[in-house]
Amino acid sequence: MVLAQAGRDLRIAFRSRGEAAHPLAFFALAVTLFGLGLGSDLKTLGAVSVVAVWVIALLACMLAAESLFRRDFEDGTLEQMLLHGRPVFLAVLGKLAAHWCVSGLPLVVFAPLAGFMLQAPGPALPVLVLSLAVGTPTLTAIGAIAAALTAGLGRGGLLLALIALPLYVPVLVFGASASVVAASGSSAVPQLLWLLAMLGAALTFAPFAVGLALRLSQEY
Amino acid sequence: MSVRDLACAAGGRRLFQGIDFDLASGELLEVRGPNGSGKTTLLRCIAGLFTEESGGVEIATDERPLYLGHKPGLSPMLTPLENLRWFLALRGRKHAREDCLSALREVGLEDSRLMPCRSLSAGQQRRAALARLRAGSAQLWLLDEPFAALDASGRDMVRSLVRKQCIEGGAVVCATHEALGVAGARRLELAA
Repeated sequence: MVLAQAGRDLRIAFRSRGEAAHPLAFFALAVTLFGLGLGSDLKTLGAVSVVAVWVIALLACMLAAESLFRRDFEDGTLEQMLLHGRPVFLAVLGKLAAHWCVSGLPLVVFAPLAGFMLQAPGPALPVLVLSLAVGTPTLTAIGAIAAALTAGLGRGGLLLALIALPLYVPVLVFGASASVVAASGSSAVPQLLWLLAMLGAALTFAPFAVGLALRLSQEY
Repeated sequence: MSVRDLACAAGGRRLFQGIDFDLASGELLEVRGPNGSGKTTLLRCIAGLFTEESGGVEIATDERPLYLGHKPGLSPMLTPLENLRWFLALRGRKHAREDCLSALREVGLEDSRLMPCRSLSAGQQRRAALARLRAGSAQLWLLDEPFAALDASGRDMVRSLVRKQCIEGGAVVCATHEALGVAGARRLELAA
């Protein structure tokens, strides 16, 4: 069931490729703007660059979250997803997996390039990728809760940001600090372990929270 | 299934109260009433999508009812076949390709089964949604205005689907403005 749902969502994303590429396009543009704004002074860049990549990735994840349930809500497939009588969290898990593959994974893949563009210190790059690889699924899961809560509200974009951003803070703190610590040559293992713990917690609780929130969205 | 003393409110307004009925297998219940009388809410409440104010709904079978609402429940980016396969996979039926194909054939969508739903007409989309009735195997059907957007042959198709469901021991609750035209239907009138 997880696979059926994930396969369906990936297929839809593939058929609307333009829309699915929005988060990545936003990421690329914002990184470019940062690069242009900060100039090429190596002293200023350094640690700032990895933090910038993290913040931009976070915002890209948040933007992507908005479309997670909106279309399913409008075309009624969400109703059918809630009505099959088997655990809803399985379908939600499939949806999250597909959504991350479309919106989170490309960010992880292009993060080294982004870091390179912003002249991030060499040793920080692998840690940046690793921290994003562990951090972005957490962001997707948290964003999904906010998206599910605002699914029935029409245009709930700003509200989604207000719900999701405070919850994003711990992920950002540990994710960015992992890269910053690595840039200065120390070990980033503690931060990465924290990120991993948060991912575990998010994947455990988010599907249930999303399922409940989606039920609420149907009460209109 | 049985409904006991059910009351629902939406938007701060009491829609109906004291709804009380039993539905045995093989029975068809037509829910009638003017616009805004709560027909859709009643169906959504039975389906478990809407929380009642008081009273309760009891469904004897383990399987969840099959709900066909105003929204088609089809992804516009996917073909009728893909939509149907996803629907059956959610209900735990895999490798149901043959069932899907025969269901689509029966609702007259064989030729457009590989077109994305967004390029189908409203009536064809309705037919694609109706294919769920044919392919799914739920004991209880909840149909909300099943005739909407359908042509004469589509209406006949709905009638024969409902008849077949009742003969095979299923039950149907149907919100509608015009008589379904199936013999032996019971009627529930909701006041405005």
